[in-house]
Amino acid sequence: MLELILFYMAATIALVSTILALTRVNATHALIYLILSLLAVAVIFYLIGAPFAAVLEVVIYAGAIMVLFVFVIMMLNLGEKGDRREKKLLKPQVWVTPVILALILLVELVLVLSQSAPAETQGLISSKQVGMTLYGPYVLAVEIASMLLMAGLVGAYHLGRRYLEEGGGS
Amino acid sequence: MLKLLPLIPLFPLVSSVLLMVTTGKMPKRLVAILGAGSVGLSALTTLLVGLAFMESGQPHHQVLWTWMQVGTFSPDIAFYLDGLTLVMMSVITGVGFLIHLFSTEFMEEDVSYSRYFAYLNMFVFAMLILVMADNLLLLYLGWEGVGVCSYLLVGFWYQNPDNGLAARKAFVVTRVGDTAMALGLFLLFTELGTLDIQPMAAAANSQWQVGDTLPVLACLLLLGGAVGKSAQLPLHTWLPDAMAGPTPVSALIHAATMVTAGVYLIARTHELFLLAPPAMLAVALVGLITSLMAAFTALVQHDIKRILAYSTISQIGYMFLALGVGAWTAGIFHLMTHAFFKALLFLGAGAVIHCLHHEHNIFKMGGLRTRLPVAFWSFLIGSAALAALPFTSGFFSKDMILLQAYELPGAGPWLWAGGLLGALLTAIYSFRLVFVVFFGEAKTEPDRQPGLRMAVPLTLLCVLAIIGGWFALPLADVFPVAGEHHPSHLIEGISIAIPLIGLVLAYLIFLSGQLKIDGLVNSSLGRTLKKFWFSGWAMDLLYDRLLVRPYKGLAYMLRGEWVDVIYNSIVKVCQMLFVGLSHTQTGRLRWYATSMVFGVIVVIALLLGVI
Amino acid sequence: MDGVSIPLDHVLLLSALLFICGLLGLMMRRNVIFILISLEVMLNSSAVAFVAAGARWGQADGQVIFMLILAVAAAEVAVGLGLVIQIQRRFKSLDMDDADRLRG
Repeated sequence: MLELILFYMAATIALVSTILALTRVNATHALIYLILSLLAVAVIFYLIGAPFAAVLEVVIYAGAIMVLFVFVIMMLNLGEKGDRREKKLLKPQVWVTPVILALILLVELVLVLSQSAPAETQGLISSKQVGMTLYGPYVLAVEIASMLLMAGLVGAYHLGRRYLEEGGGS
Repeated sequence: MLKLLPLIPLFPLVSSVLLMVTTGKMPKRLVAILGAGSVGLSALTTLLVGLAFMESGQPHHQVLWTWMQVGTFSPDIAFYLDGLTLVMMSVITGVGFLIHLFSTEFMEEDVSYSRYFAYLNMFVFAMLILVMADNLLLLYLGWEGVGVCSYLLVGFWYQNPDNGLAARKAFVVTRVGDTAMALGLFLLFTELGTLDIQPMAAAANSQWQVGDTLPVLACLLLLGGAVGKSAQLPLHTWLPDAMAGPTPVSALIHAATMVTAGVYLIARTHELFLLAPPAMLAVALVGLITSLMAAFTALVQHDIKRILAYSTISQIGYMFLALGVGAWTAGIFHLMTHAFFKALLFLGAGAVIHCLHHEHNIFKMGGLRTRLPVAFWSFLIGSAALAALPFTSGFFSKDMILLQAYELPGAGPWLWAGGLLGALLTAIYSFRLVFVVFFGEAKTEPDRQPGLRMAVPLTLLCVLAIIGGWFALPLADVFPVAGEHHPSHLIEGISIAIPLIGLVLAYLIFLSGQLKIDGLVNSSLGRTLKKFWFSGWAMDLLYDRLLVRPYKGLAYMLRGEWVDVIYNSIVKVCQMLFVGLSHTQTGRLRWYATSMVFGVIVVIALLLGVI
Repeated sequence: MDGVSIPLDHVLLLSALLFICGLLGLMMRRNVIFILISLEVMLNSSAVAFVAAGARWGQADGQVIFMLILAVAAAEVAVGLGLVIQIQRRFKSLDMDDADRLRG
């Protein structure tokens, strides 16, 4: 029972903090809410029997990746200015179409979910099992992921260089 | 040694490709070594192969690979070496090498040095393919290849639009002949089932009788191709304009090798022509009329290169005359000697032009005998050979042609007389050139002397122009043996005397001035005739009025034709679609994301079966 | 971990809701940083779905895919933030509507 209560609490926190994160004007505030949302998701992972995923979510997602965001926001030195034009968010022509589309999509997703037979999550999956699977049948995927990360590294290094500013690399 | 045969065209090809891919970034020295050296290597290989061939005495046939296979039609990339091929190859690589060597100095100051050698090597390659080909299709490949290289080299200095026009004219006019030749090839293939030259000749001999319509038709179509390439009437108008190219190009392509391809073609397919006496007569007449017409024209030209161009047309006319009367060996012999002395004359002219600030008008030259001795001696020897003065190379070949023409039953003496008139005119115009340019008072000072790389080829060609007549060509096995000659001494004497008379006349008119022709020239008839001759018998004007302008008028009339409406409306619809679709490209990320979401919704709805 | 377990449907519904939130953010925000944050939210929601599916079948595959999603997210953020820096330098703003040179 406790787990169910914890799950619904965590889910509520995750949803609310996500919505808050996406409606902020100040990017730093948004990030804090996003981190909160990620932590809540980590709790959910733990509850559905994936402790290893929960740890990774905290360490890498909420930790490393978000730190990247913080660094960039600090580099850009946005300050308190925000963007005045974001105020137009409240105008109907900006939000009507996306909201309608999103609602239709949500309805469709719920329909899809309702078609499947009800099922429940089963017990714990240990990190040992994950490791065996990862370096067993999925070893090729690990290689591909490593190449992807390398490409991301090179791309970020190239894009971050200053000479692009002069139009040299475009 | 005979197996080395494919190497001969390979050297220039490799060099040409190298020069092309380096796009002028090679140092000039290397370009010169590569450009001239590759042709030199070809010449050496030709020598080796020639010696081996002389030893065996048998025609050599070498198949490299099958070019293509379409039903029963499977032409090979194959080479055929016999006496005729060997003569042509020697001329192409030998004279070609000398001209390349000459060019290394002549073109030294040109910015497009390596482009020049790339084209020139490619030309040598194509020309070698033309003469070595075992089947008429491969020959046609070489035939078109030399046409393209000629086009590129005539328009070499493309910055001047006139040169481009001249190049285009050369290309289009020869294309008329090439089309006829292609039709001839089609006809031969459908009738005889093969384009391989030797089996084809055998098939023709077994299928056709002398005088049948088909061989006459086929030969006339081949003659059309030959006439276009060799600048004979009525397709000769491109050659004088082709002098827009660099002078060594004129020497190599428009005097020594490419323009004689027509002669080679007819000689190569002589077994077909022997089956078609009317076509033979047509060849002889075309040759004779062209040679006379061009000789008259050459008499009145001012431009040193145009004189030589018309002279070339005239001399090739002689070769056609020889082929037409069945004097195959004499025709090829004249081809070879002509290659020597005309290349010599052109290179001499090149040296004069090079040293004289690119002056072309002979009346602005004069007195160059002491100032440019190398060019003077080249011209003197070349003109002597051209005029067929006794004991020069041209004398032997031209004499052979005239005597064999005389012996043709029926029209023989007439052809002979026409040829003699041509010989007289040749002597007059060639010595007019020598006397005007090298004697008299000096009008332009040369600003330099030809260097070693110009002088050496000139000297070697001088030697060849003199002794070329004593070469024994290995053609006995190729052509049917001509009948025994029994020329009377009178005929022979006249043949020898005519060029001398021409020389004396030229001396009297143009040098000593004892023979006044001003009255004759300035009479109204004389003036009209001079103008007429000067314009090349108004052929350009005729073609312009007869073909070019009506064509242009027709094109002008058909501008708004309804077929265009269809194509234009397709364009319009495309443009409208483009404008409509480009409105969806707002450049806004959010718009794109929203579109994608819309698409996702539709796809999921389809999967759910809602829609 | 024994006793009452969590219904799969609810986890998946949470995943769908998070995804819709991210999508709305993507469609409505103009600030590049928020667009990237929206992308992160969407990636994360799909990760939730994977882990839940893995838990449903008692297989480790769901978590393996989650780790691959982590790698994708890391690479995407690295490149995306590099682009953010370039956009800020070129257009002197983070408004994606300013970067509309692809307009037809």
